[in-house]
Formats: sequence, C-alpha cells, structure tokens
Amino acid sequence: MIERELRNQIADVRAGRLSRRSFVQNMVALGLTAPMAGVMLTQSGVAMAETAFPYKEPPKAGGGAVRLLLWQAPTLLNPHFAVGTKDQEACRLFYEPLAGWDQDGNLVPILAAEIPTKENDGLKEDGLSVVWKLKQGVKWHDGTPFTADDVVFNWEYAKNPETSAVSIGSYKDVRLVEKVDDHTVRMTFAEPTPFWADAFVSAYGQIIPKHLFAEFIGGKSREAPANLKPVGTGPYLFADFKPGDTVLGKRNPSYHVAGRPYFDTIEMKGGGDAVSAARAVLQTGEYDYGWNMQVEDEILQKLENGGQGKVSFVPTGNIEFIGLNFSDPNVEVEGQRAYYKTRHPLFSDPAVRAAINLLIDRASVQKFIYGRAGNATANFLNNPERFRSKSTSFEFNIEKANQILETAGWKKGSDGIRAKDGKPLRFVFQTSINSPRQKNQAIIKQACQKAGIDVELKSVVGSVFFSSDTANADTYSHFYCDAEMFQTTMTQPDPQFFMNQFVSTEVATKENKWQGRNISRWQNKEYDEVFKQAQHELDAVKRAAMYIKLNDLVVDDHYILPENNRLRATALKKGLVMHESGWDNDLWQIANWYRES
Amino acid sequence: MGNYLLRRLAIAIPSLLGISLILFVLLALAPGDPFGELASNPNIPPEVREALRVKFGLDDPILIRYLHWLVAMLHGDWGFSFASRIDVDQLILQRVPTTLYVVGSSQLLALAVALPVGVLAAMRPYSVFDQIANTFAFIGFSLPTFFTGLLLILIFSVNLGWLPFVYRADINASGWQWVWEYIKQAIMPVTVLGLFQAASYTRYVRSAVLDVIRLDYVTTARAKGIGERKVIVKHVVRNALIPVVTLVALQMPSVFGGAIVTDQIFRVPGIGSLLISAILANDTPVIMAVTFVFACLVILFNLLADIIYGWLDPRISFR
Repeated sequence: MIERELRNQIADVRAGRLSRRSFVQNMVALGLTAPMAGVMLTQSGVAMAETAFPYKEPPKAGGGAVRLLLWQAPTLLNPHFAVGTKDQEACRLFYEPLAGWDQDGNLVPILAAEIPTKENDGLKEDGLSVVWKLKQGVKWHDGTPFTADDVVFNWEYAKNPETSAVSIGSYKDVRLVEKVDDHTVRMTFAEPTPFWADAFVSAYGQIIPKHLFAEFIGGKSREAPANLKPVGTGPYLFADFKPGDTVLGKRNPSYHVAGRPYFDTIEMKGGGDAVSAARAVLQTGEYDYGWNMQVEDEILQKLENGGQGKVSFVPTGNIEFIGLNFSDPNVEVEGQRAYYKTRHPLFSDPAVRAAINLLIDRASVQKFIYGRAGNATANFLNNPERFRSKSTSFEFNIEKANQILETAGWKKGSDGIRAKDGKPLRFVFQTSINSPRQKNQAIIKQACQKAGIDVELKSVVGSVFFSSDTANADTYSHFYCDAEMFQTTMTQPDPQFFMNQFVSTEVATKENKWQGRNISRWQNKEYDEVFKQAQHELDAVKRAAMYIKLNDLVVDDHYILPENNRLRATALKKGLVMHESGWDNDLWQIANWYRES
Repeated sequence: MGNYLLRRLAIAIPSLLGISLILFVLLALAPGDPFGELASNPNIPPEVREALRVKFGLDDPILIRYLHWLVAMLHGDWGFSFASRIDVDQLILQRVPTTLYVVGSSQLLALAVALPVGVLAAMRPYSVFDQIANTFAFIGFSLPTFFTGLLLILIFSVNLGWLPFVYRADINASGWQWVWEYIKQAIMPVTVLGLFQAASYTRYVRSAVLDVIRLDYVTTARAKGIGERKVIVKHVVRNALIPVVTLVALQMPSVFGGAIVTDQIFRVPGIGSLLISAILANDTPVIMAVTFVFACLVILFNLLADIIYGWLDPRISFR
C-alpha cells in the first residue's frame, strides 16, 4: 500500500504535479531522511535538482577576514581521524569530498564533475557499481594535480584497520575502488548497495592527497606531518594550527571555482562555553559565526534582540527520546542485570507503556525547554513540525492515561500510587546531567504523579553516562535502570545503520561488552524480518516503504518514546551569508560564504 | 651546601615516583573513557573502537601500563594525546608562552600592588588607609575569579565594548598594533588573576612588616636619626620580605600550571585550558603529563625556596 503511494508521488514529481521540495518534505514526515528521498528520485529517473548557491564576488580590495568561533576546539586536521564534528568542520577549510548533501537531500558535486546517475552511466542497474567522474584541472595546494589515484588511495587508507581511521565504516564494505582513467573512478560493491553515496561523500568523504600520505598508511598513520599541516584542494590554504585552540587559513588564489572564496583570511577559534560564544557573535560581534548553539532558546532570543546578528536553525535527524527497558534491570541472570531474555515487571504490560506515552508532555517540553531548537515528535526517525504528516500524532492526556491504567487493573493504593498484584507502579528514570534534560525529567515526573505513577529521577555525569566503560554500571548502554532519556544522532544520511539499533542481534549484553546498539533490548520478530529484507532491497521505493514500516513498528509498541527532534542552531553576525545543511557539516559550502555589504 | 642539595634531590626521586604512581592509578580508576565520543557515533563500528583500545594499550593491567609509561617517560617520550594524536610534549610546549605571559604578568601585577599597599598599611596600622586596604583585600580574596571575570566581561566587553573577551593566540597584525592587541586582550585576564593574588599577598606583606617594624633595631635606627624612608626601605622591608619571598617562590609552579578558571572564561590557550579539555575528553596521557610536570615544579620550587631562605637569612644553615 505504502509502496504504491510512494510510486504515485514520484510519478507526480516527474510529471511536475508535485514539487521536488514537497516530495522530500512528505518523505521526511514519514520518517525517512532527505538524502534518501533524493536517491529515490534519482533511481526513478528524476534528476537531482541543481542547487544554486547565491554568491557575491569580494570587492577589489579583498573580502577581509572572517572569524569562526567553536566552543569545542578542533584537535586534529585529518578528516579520516575526525571524531567530532568540530574536527570535521576544521578539515572542511582545507579538504573537500567528491560531493556533499544539501538541505533537501540533493547530492551536490564538489570534486566530482557530475553526480553519477543512470542517464550518465554512473549507476548500474544491478546496484553493484558506481562510476564517479572527477572534475578536471583541480590542484592540491602544493601544485600537484588531483587525480583518480588520490581517490583510490583514500579508500585504501581508510579501510585498513591498522590506520585506525574513524571513517572506516564508510569504506570497509566497498569491495574495490579502481582507476578507469585519470579522472574516472569505479567503485564496486560486494553486494547490491542501494545507498551508494557514502564513501567519498560528505564529512568522511574528504579526500587527502596520496603523495603526502602514501608512506603513512596503516600503523604509521599517526606520524604523517600532514596530519597537522593539511594540504588539500579546498578554498583556504593552511596557515597555522594550534591543537585545541586555533586554526588559521588564507585564501587559495588558485581555487578550482573561479572568484571563490570571498575572504582573505579565515580564523577558527575553539574553547570556552556555548553561552559566551553566542554572546561573542550576537552581542559584541567579535566573531562572525558561532557553531552549534546549544543554548536555551530564551537566552538566544535575548541576545538576538541587540540586532548584531541572528540565529539560524536547520533540521537534522537527531532525536531526543525516552527508552523503556524491555528487560528486567533488577534481576541478575548470567552475571548481568537487564539480561535480554528477562522481561520488565511493569513495562511488559502494554497498558503501562501506553499510559506513559500519554504522560509525556511533548508540546510543553518543546515550548519551554527547547524553543526553536526542537520539534515535538511522535516518530523515531525525524519529523520536523512543519512537515508533519497527519498519520502520526502524539497526545498529552493525564485523564486518558488514568483510564487506561484503571481498566488494566492498576488500582490506586492509600499512598496514591497504583499497584497490581502487589507490584507498585514505581520506576527509576535516568539521564545525563544537562540542565534541559533535568527540567524535562521533572515535567515527566510531575505528570506521572498525577496518574498514580511514582518516578524516581536519577542523573549521571555525561562523561560517565556516554562512556563505553564496561566496569561502570551507570552507562547508558548497561541500562541497569527502568527508563532512560538521551539523544541519538543520525550521522549517516541512510537509515539502514540508524535503524539497526532495534534489531534483536544488536542487543547490548555482557558478551558484547554492552557495545550492542540495541540498548532498550526491544525485540520483535517482524522487525528483524523486514530489516533483513530492506538490507538487500535494490528498489529504492520498496526499501523506503520498508523503513517507514520499521519506524512504525518501533513507535507503536511504546517501548521507545520519541520526544523531540532537534534542530541545529548557528549564530551568524549580520551580513554574513552561509549555506547550511542538516545532512552535512556547517562548513560544507565554505567556499560560497560571503558578506553582504 | 652541595651535600645538602644532593640529599634533597635524592629525597625528591621517591616522592616523584610515588606521586606519578598515585596519579596514574587514580586516572586509570576514574570513570570515563577516551573513546566515549566514538561510542555514541553510530558510523564507527565497535570493532574499530576495540582496535583503538588495544592499539593504545588501554586494556592492559594498570601496573603494566604504568611501567610502560614510566620507562617511556625516562626516555623522554611523554606519550601522545588520544584526542589529537600528536606528542604531548609538543602540545604542552605550544601552551607555555601564553601561560607565562598571562599568569606571569598577573603575578607581577599582584606584587606591584601588594608590596606598597602592604608596607604602607603596616606603617600606620588601624589608620583609615589600613582599614580601606584591609577591606579591599578581604573582598578581593573572597570573590572567586569566575565571578570577577564575568563581571569585567559584562562591563568592559558587553556594555562599554572596549576590550575583547576572546583571547587570540594568533594576531593578524604587525608592529605596534600587534603589541597593543596583545596587551589589550590580556588586560582582563591579568587583572582578574592579579588582583585576586594581590589581595592575599597584601595581607602577608602587612603582617610581615608589622612583625619587624616594632623590633628594637628599628627603633635604634630611628634614634640614630636616619630618615624614615631609609629606615623602612633598608631596615624594615628587607627583613620583612623573607617570608614573602618564600611565599612567592612557592606560587611559581602555578605560573606554569596556569589558571584553569580564567583560561576557560577568556578562552586563553594556556596550560590550564589544555588540562581542563584533556580532563573532559578523558585524554589520559595529557592529564598525566601536565599534572606530573606540575608535581615536579612544586618539588623544585620548594627546594629553591629553601635555598633562597638560607641566602636571605644567614642564620639558617644547610645540614
């Protein structure tokens, strides 16, 4: 059914009855990502839209300096080692991938001459190979020409486990990358791969030069001098780097796009905290750009009132959610609590889960805690409010929750707490220490109290909560607790890896050192089946329908309670124009940034 | 004297070993994980994380890791930072100039304020000047630096717009403008640190001078008809400074250690901010190196203070 609807919609786009943008918005509302919608259209013969970026050439005297302020400082400048986005952003000044993702999920060529499609013979029917055509006349900062050899090298470099590149996930499943000629590369997969635009694309797709890194592949990767002195193809030449503090760049006069970049010098300063960074951009104007403004919206609005700058928000796939424990955290089986074969004494009753779902006041949490930086949602996969489809909904209704519990036999005792068969409705709810999260916890506790549920709140320091320390029982993946709240980031534009966090084989256990990605231990046979099918489904439309189904399976069972889809906030000084995208780094189009006079 | 020095240095070795062992074990037992950021990034397969742990030797027993570290340290290899994958000594050396500049100037400012104020206050105890100086000294060391720092930012950066509140190590200018920019951005951090330090120094100087000023030889000097100015400078201050000098010498390690709070508020890329970001990222080799260097400096300056003390006061002999 869903599949037929999808096909109809695509036909509408092709015939021009539905705009590309509204198609993407519909898909996002169904729980897919914008890049996936873009790929779906391409496969169905609708060409990717040509994204145009407004740009103004700098004045004769030069564009001057631009200053970027990040409250976390970049610590390294090799894109294959860039763990955090702070490092990826810094790399983007000097390095470029073959293509990047724009806000609507279109692939935009950067070092590629064109995006592979069926029409230009870039994509094969069997989904086993992709041919990239590279842009001609691109030179590394040291004058060496950029060729297919460099692209092949990046695959060899990243996939080698000895290199210990964090980009390995994007390259290890590519069976072969070969040079066809100096400006053509063929990528071959071992299995039909519906989502091919991962290697060489976006943050982990940034290409490093073969002639400087060839000796440092594998175990010696740490010793490469170019790790600290990047030589790339990007719009800015490397000037200076102090790890954990500043990155300086100057204009690349022979950049491969004429008339770009705008600024003579670029400075990226790191450190401090988010609030004072917002102040330095919005209030005193010392800086032009403020990265990832994780500041309460109320404060941002106050700072914006000065008129020095504004905050811009861009949708992402990141979601703040509450997970109810599928297993029993109070019983020890095989040397571990929350063993996946046990069942939670309270939450195994669907009525309890349904009631808790009704007791989360998502609208108020958004309004009073996250403001413009979040959208209340009922979907696990993102769902920005303005795109919300009518089929998913959430509700805050204490009365209804009370009714459900009453019908299910949970009766209020003399202390006002409901109980059934001698089991009181009482649970522990944990999260990391972070002021919005503690406020959020309190809102939920209050609502639960009104429905006769007693919630005990627990908060754990972030560095412990999110660590992979096997000895510490307070980590989010141990989940020795009844319920927990955290944010899952969606770093890959394709949902396959994102959705594997609910597959049965991924449950976190002592055996896999709690590194399994299924933290709530939720298991569902149908989910596993559909997930397996989706992995090998080549037809993008059928595959999309499957992911929508997976999303519904998770959400409808009420073990996973999505709460808020986060937006990325960026502070910009008046006059500076950037081109942001929620599916790529902030600096993905740094070459096209400019200042309006 | 030579004998004494040798003995002191010999005693220093076991204490340094002890300190390093305690630091290492504490860091190893502390919760947290340098690869925590990898754990929450779904793009990175768990195998990679495991491989990194093995590669960086995080899964070995603590004592073995300690011995590895100790042997490497004796060879001059301080290890490398997990976060930036470069050598720790390089990372620390990069931060030294800024730290020396900011914290060093603040110590100079502190002394420049504390010496005259402390001496003048002691010359006329319980006078109006003494009362005022005392009051300010008490206010000074009761107000934490994070408060005065934010206050100065609010006044001079936000309201008046005179001074920048983000410290930049690379300034894009030359000549006098470069010098002026450097001074301008250091004014607030130096003032905050300097006045905080000056407050406690003032109290020390005042009490030290008070102790000396009533002694008989000062009265004798006055009776001989030597000018008041000469009495104070030559006879009083010189003797009163002995405890103050010791105190300042013991403060010196913190000049290198930097100032964590002000580094954070003003984004000064000093050793303090290196330490705090390393702690937040669980970057153990960096934390270990910085704290260990700090321990060495404390021991070294302790020794130095003892030697200076003996030099200032010949009655003390080294045995």
